[in-house]
Parts: sequence; C-alpha cells; structure tokens
Amino acid sequence: MTPDPAGADLAGLALAVLAVAPEAASGIWLRAQAGPDRDRWLAALRAYALPGVPFRRMPAGIAESRLIGGLDLAATLASGLPVTERGLLAEADGGYLVISMAERLDPWLASLVAATAETGELHVERDGVTQTLPAHFAMVALDEGIDDEAPSAILTERLGLVLDLAHAPFGEIPFTPGAVAAARERLPAVTTSARIIGELCAAAAGFGLASLRPSLQAVGVARALAALHGRIDVADEDAILAAALVLAPRAVQWPSRQEQQEETPPPPPPDAETPPPETPPQDQSGDPPDDVMSQSALAALPAGLLADLKARAAAGRQRSAGKAGAREKNARRGRAVGVKPGDPRTGARLGLIDTLRAAAPWQKLRRGASFGDGTIAVRREDFRIVRRRARRRTTTLFIVDASGSSALQRLGEAKGAVQLLLAECYVRRDEVALITFRGRVAEMVLPPTRALARAARALAGLAGGGGTPLATAIDTARQVAEGIMRSGRTPVLVFMTDARANIGRDGQPGRERAMADARQAARELAALGQTVILIDTANKPGEAAAVLADAMEARYLPLPYAAPEMVVHAVSQERPAPRAAHRA
Amino acid sequence: MSAEAYGAQRPLQDREEPRHETLGGHLLPVDRANRMLRVTPAPAPRQRVPFPFSAIVAQEEMKNALILSAIDATIGGVLIFGDRGTGKSTAIRALAALLPRMRAIVGCPYGCEPGRPAASCEHCQRLSLDKGRRGQAESHLVPVPVVDLPLGATEDRVVGALDLERALARGEKAFQPGLLAKAHRGFLYIDEVNLLEDHLVDVLLDVAASGENVVEREGLSIRHPARFVLVGSGNPEEGELRPQLLDRFGLSVDVETPSDLETRIEVVRRRDAFDRDPEAFADAWRGRDAGIRRRISAARKKVGSMTTSEGALRRATELCMALGTDGLRGELTLIRAARALAAYQGADSVEEEHVRVVAPMALRHRLRRSPLDDSRATTRVERAIGEVFGS
Repeated sequence: MTPDPAGADLAGLALAVLAVAPEAASGIWLRAQAGPDRDRWLAALRAYALPGVPFRRMPAGIAESRLIGGLDLAATLASGLPVTERGLLAEADGGYLVISMAERLDPWLASLVAATAETGELHVERDGVTQTLPAHFAMVALDEGIDDEAPSAILTERLGLVLDLAHAPFGEIPFTPGAVAAARERLPAVTTSARIIGELCAAAAGFGLASLRPSLQAVGVARALAALHGRIDVADEDAILAAALVLAPRAVQWPSRQEQQEETPPPPPPDAETPPPETPPQDQSGDPPDDVMSQSALAALPAGLLADLKARAAAGRQRSAGKAGAREKNARRGRAVGVKPGDPRTGARLGLIDTLRAAAPWQKLRRGASFGDGTIAVRREDFRIVRRRARRRTTTLFIVDASGSSALQRLGEAKGAVQLLLAECYVRRDEVALITFRGRVAEMVLPPTRALARAARALAGLAGGGGTPLATAIDTARQVAEGIMRSGRTPVLVFMTDARANIGRDGQPGRERAMADARQAARELAALGQTVILIDTANKPGEAAAVLADAMEARYLPLPYAAPEMVVHAVSQERPAPRAAHRA
Repeated sequence: MSAEAYGAQRPLQDREEPRHETLGGHLLPVDRANRMLRVTPAPAPRQRVPFPFSAIVAQEEMKNALILSAIDATIGGVLIFGDRGTGKSTAIRALAALLPRMRAIVGCPYGCEPGRPAASCEHCQRLSLDKGRRGQAESHLVPVPVVDLPLGATEDRVVGALDLERALARGEKAFQPGLLAKAHRGFLYIDEVNLLEDHLVDVLLDVAASGENVVEREGLSIRHPARFVLVGSGNPEEGELRPQLLDRFGLSVDVETPSDLETRIEVVRRRDAFDRDPEAFADAWRGRDAGIRRRISAARKKVGSMTTSEGALRRATELCMALGTDGLRGELTLIRAARALAAYQGADSVEEEHVRVVAPMALRHRLRRSPLDDSRATTRVERAIGEVFGS
C-alpha cells in the first residue's frame, strides 16, 4: 500500500463516491454549519451527480403527509375523482434527498425516511390511497448540531459516509466529471477480495462498531473508490480510504494497542446481563489483521478531526444512542392521531379527506335537492377535525447526591426508583434521566430514556464518595431541564440529597460558600417554574435541606430511608396527569 | 400539481370497472383483482429480489421462530427485538419468498380457504348457499400475503374505509378493504413496532384476538375475516412495548449482532455478493430455500397429527410454574411451538428436548416484570430450564 492516503481530500472523495455510487453508501452525514463551504460542496455534488437526477430538500418541520404523499386535495376536488400526490420520498427516487437540520428531525420522521431508504420503496397506505412507489435515493443529512446534538441514530446508522467540513475542509474534487462518469460505468464490474472484506470487518471491530452496517457500507465505498481510480479490483488504499470515510468517524474505541488499554472500559463483570450497546466483539477468532487497516485509516484523517473524534468518543458514548427517545419535536401541535366530528372554525385543523368521506355517501341525495353536477355538497355535520396528541409527556430527572458515606445506599434507592418509574413509563411513554454529583462534578449518568434495558445498564456500577458540589448539580439540572422543555416535554426534577454542600460553584471546598452558592442556584432553578421535589436523605432530616427546598420552591420530603416505592409514589403525585392532556 | 403526479395515478382511472354486488342490502368489497390493479403504480418499481432466507448467517433462533410460525399459525406470531443492522427485516422479507403458496377461493376478496370459508366472509357464505346449484367453489393457488404495515399508515387504510373514488364518482357506498383484510391467512409485518401509534395498536389487538375486523364508520357496517400472524420487529432503544401487545406475540426473539469476527465477515461477504448481483445470488441459494419450503410443507401436513409425550407435557407445565407465567397462554404456545419444531425435524412425537429448545422464545416475554430484578428475561428462562431439565 505505497500510495499514501494520508492528506487526501476527504470532502472531495466523499462527494465523488456519493456521485458514483449513491446506493453503496446510502447517504452522507455531513457535519457543517450552514455557509459558503457547505453550499459549495452541495453545488459540486449536484454538478458531479448523474445529470437530471432529482435533488429534493427536506425541511426539518416537514409534514408527514408531504413526505409520504396521499390524496391531492385540490386536484381531487377539481376533478371529482381521487388524485394521488407523490410524497417527497418518491420524488427523490433515483437521486438525492437533502435533509436540512437533520439533528432536529423528529425521530418518527427519521424512522420513516430510514425505512424507505432501506427498502428503496415507499409504501403509501393513507387517505384511501394504496401505492408502492420506487424510492431509491441517497440521503444527504445536513447536521448543524453543536455539542451533544446529533441526528437520530436511526438515521446515522444508515448514512454510510461521515464528513465534518470543519475538520476536513473541501478543497477540490480529485476527479474530473469525465472520470466520475467512467467510474459509474465501471462500478458493476468492480470486485472485492475476501481478504479486503475481512480486513474492513476487522477494522470496524477495532473501532468498536457493534453494528454490521458500517462494514457493509465500507465495502461499498471501497468499490466506488476503486472504480474512481480506474481499477476493477479493490486495492488496499481504496479500503483504507473507505475506512477513513465510513468507519473511523464512528469509532467508540481506538484500535492502537497502548491506547486501547487506556481507553477501553474494563470488561463488564460476568453478571452484567445486558451488554453495552457498542461493545466491541469480544472473542475475535484468530489473529485479526486489523491494525494495519485501522491505523492507516486513522493516518488518513486530518489531525484536528482525529482529536475531535477522540473527544467525542470519550464524552459521548450515549450521545448518538440516547437521543432517539429524547427528541420529540412539533410539540406545539403534536401528531395527528385521528379525526372526530367538529367545527373547524374553533381553530382545529380541518380533516379534509375525512370530511369528504363523510359527505360522499350523501352526494346523490343532496345533488338532487339543490346542487348542480360536479359540485360536492358538504354540510356542517360532515366536518371532521384533526385530533392531535398533545405532547404533555414528562421527563423525570433524578439528581442524586453520590457524595459521602451514604452514597451507595442512596444510589441504590435512586436506581430502584428509576427502574420502577420506567416500568410504569412504557405504558405512558414518559422518560427518566439521572444525574449524579460527587467530588467536583455533576454527571449525566443516564440521558433521558424510556428504555428499561438501557437504564439498567447505565445504572450498574455507579461510584460514590467524595465532596458535595450541590450548586453545580443544581445548575446542571437546570440546564438539562431547559433542554427537556425545549424538546416539548415537561420536566419533573427530583433531588435526593442531604443538602450539606461543601464544594462551591467554582469547585473550591468550603461549606459556607458552598451553601450560599447552592441557595443561589436553587433560586435560579425556581425561576424555571417547573415541578421540583427535594427528598431529604439525611439520617436526621434537618434545616439545611428544608431551606434549600424553599429556595427552589420545591416540595420537601424528609425520607431518611427512601424506599423506591415511596419515591415513585411522591413523584407520581406531583406529575401532571397524562391522560387529561390527550385530547386537543 | 405537476403532470407527473397526474401520471402516477393513471391506473386508478384506466382500470376495469369494479364488480359491485349487493346481497340483502349489504355492500360487498371490491374484489382482490381490482385491488391488485390499484396497487400497481406507474412507473412500475424495479422488482427487488429478496435476500434468500437460507443465506442469512447465524441468528438461528430468529430463523427458527419464523419457520415455526409459518408451520403453525396458531402459535401466534413472532416479535423480534434487537440491535440495529441485525437483519430483522431482511429475515421477514425473506420468509415471504419462502412460504408455500396457498389455495384460495376464486373471487373471494379475503382469499378464503376452499371448504373452510370464514363465517364472516359474505362472499363465501353466499357462495356456499348457492353451492347446490354451482357445485364446489373454484379455487386457485395464490402467494401467502405478507403485508407490510408501513410507518405513517393511516387508520382508514389499516381497517378499511369507504371507497372514496366510487363514492365521489358514482355516489356508491362501497367498502375499500384495508391492510387487515389483505393480511387474512397471511402475515402482517410491523417494523419499528414500538413506534406504532397507540390507537392503531388498539385496533390490532382487538382484531388479532377476534380474527375479525368490524368496521363501523362513514355509514358502513362491515365485518370481515382477518386472521393473520403478527410479526413485529423493533429496537429496544426506541422504547419498550406495551405489555398488552407483547403478550399477543406467540414467540419472541432477542437478536444481537454476531460478535465473532468470522461470522461478521461472512455476513458482509454474502451481503456484498447479493448487492452486486441479486439474481445470481438468489439462484445460488434457491435450492436450499426450496429445501426449507419443502420441510415447512411437510411439517404442516404432519403437525396436526403429532402426539405429545407425557414427559414433554410435564416439563412444559413445570417450566411455566417455575417461571410464574400468567395464564395458560404461555403453556399452550410452548406446546404448540414444540410440536411445530418436532414436525419440522421429522420426529414422530413431541419430546422433552423440543420443549427445551423452544422454551426461551415461547416464554421470555411472558415473565412478570420485576423492575428490581436486573437479570434479562432470557437468563431467567434459562435458569428455569436448568432447574426443570436438570441442566
């Protein structure tokens, strides 16, 4: 593998691959802020793509009906016969679907797009329309997310290429349009040796990728790269670049020997029942030749990108996976769940199709009475309005004091309460999250989730002991609660602490200062106006916690031995009744 | 509205006049042939060859569960839960291609079985009244329906509704059957089952329990048979399934991505070969798929007359008692699944070993959930198997 893939223009290569073999990668996860660089990249993709193929932009707030299609109301009314409208997913057939602000996309819509991309067919079963339309497209998911925002894992799993324009700036495309066209012709003949497939799989394992999709996508991308370079057999350098474009950016661990020892978490104890989501394959049979491949792939990455990736992998094991349940967008309106008779003038949306359906059987009769031919007579009793499910779902956020000697007991209690709540939650689809604080930091141990298995995993083996950075914990809780509110859910905060702060906001020890900071933070939290419960877990419940509860306008519950059931009971009482919110 | 969009619905208008029959004032649905026309879009999609069932690497429990439910529909469906990219939907779509064809009464909108028409099928009830004059109803071989319930399907298409086109064009009150009707005698597949809207879940639960779909809407009053095997798949990361729905699945399988490198390489290698040339790949595996199909057919004939050994029955009861599963449903499913497995393996009677093999998939979703017990259901079932069978 003499040709040096390091320093290759990854942005240009990704673009060429997407232009040659849209289906091989099935899409690209393009991390970039909106701006001239991204526009230039998109324009270039358009220029290099097969001439005439559709480019459809999908805004984040797109309506489900527009995405899938269904009955075209205007045309139906005009012609008096049902006329179907093609959804955006079908319109993108043969071309590219550009997903704007993919990190804000509702997970529900993400599933829809992902399922369609997977089968290449759009199944329409809506508004009396039954259709199966071809929908082969490559996704271009534009991700402007900062920090922990990322598109739903349902989507990213299916986006083969990963590109970060901030770290891999777009220089130029290393191929002419003619070469790209020739590569397209050559692609079907390109073969991949068993050895290369094996090495790519091993490299994926080395990066800790549990899913098999990235390996498959890497093979496809390697074939496209070979075609671009005029080869009909995938060479080592094609595979290395494919690994750099597909596998390395998803890494959750690093393959090099000494680093692996540092960064790989210790193997789970034998009684841990559920394996962590991204556990690398444990028993790699034989001697995997992964080192060369993955090391070369890493060498091909720009230095800044590599550092960024490592930081992400270290910080955000949960990042991609935890989001799916947490994002519920369109909270203002909720999702349409059906129709009922009603008056649209009250501000509810008219369910036109259902209104028509209600009116249809009477047309002959009514026409005879008063109307001429071709008009559809709709009367007041025909009106149907759309029922929506308001998103009054709650996220219960536990903030648990893991400091000092009683930490383990308290963690055990919190853990029990979290799991009990979750067991209730799958009926209601509420979420639970957990923050612990000790030493100098507050840490989100369990991001909002409604998956029991996930919670059980996250809660296994939490550590305790150390100082009590209460102010920091309250600040963190407030930020998380704000995030929950932004996502259209109602946060309920449950603090479990004895409120004996001894670490201030600045991380310095000192009880007096720490208590003052905590009270200040508590008052800021109260300004959010959300439900807060403070469970005093001190052996002798005391004034400290009561004062703090007062400052955060929380309900104060002295529960020295907080049995999980009691905690759950307290939370259930405070939580807004979910059933009442279901009608719009 | 673009010209292209108009073109897309041309088949709706060009199609043959649908037959419209009434009996005693009741309306009969548009027949199956017409619905077939309706689903044909323009341009026709490239027909995708499904990935061959026999070429799926590992995931033995998932494949077994699907085969068993194909042998005996009364086992009651399969739920497949697991990681992304483990080939859950691939397996289900592959199964569709594997099923032996079934015999159906010609012209019956629900594809009733000759000699055993559903009591709620008006078409076939009328036919059997006329049988004295016409003789035995004509029948033909049709593929077993495997119906996708796509994400975003609206309720009217799931349960069926007033046929809008005929109502608007001719003022006729006709029923347009929904996906539940289409799935009768076949499979109804729901991908991402945990994302399904609650009101659709309720409809499914009701119909799956009764085997009949009752439509009371828009002035229609229709009852039709809808007996199907429910197959669901999902990722636990997206949320848990409602317990009521969980219980409706006869078998449940947890799939995990294979962790051993050789297996992983084999998966990728086969998938790559398939993607490069689906037809050639399917050809290469056709023989093996046909073998499975033959075994399913043979097992179906045999399964009704299997005897179950005393020992197998006793072990099944002991297992359910040890695990404290609610009700008899678990035990019944366990025995049925064991019987299907015995038939598939060509055994003469159901033995303890068959019960042992199917126990995890028949029971793991029926355990009463204890939030404070961390262990996975599978582990608890295996523990109980160890106790009952004396590992």
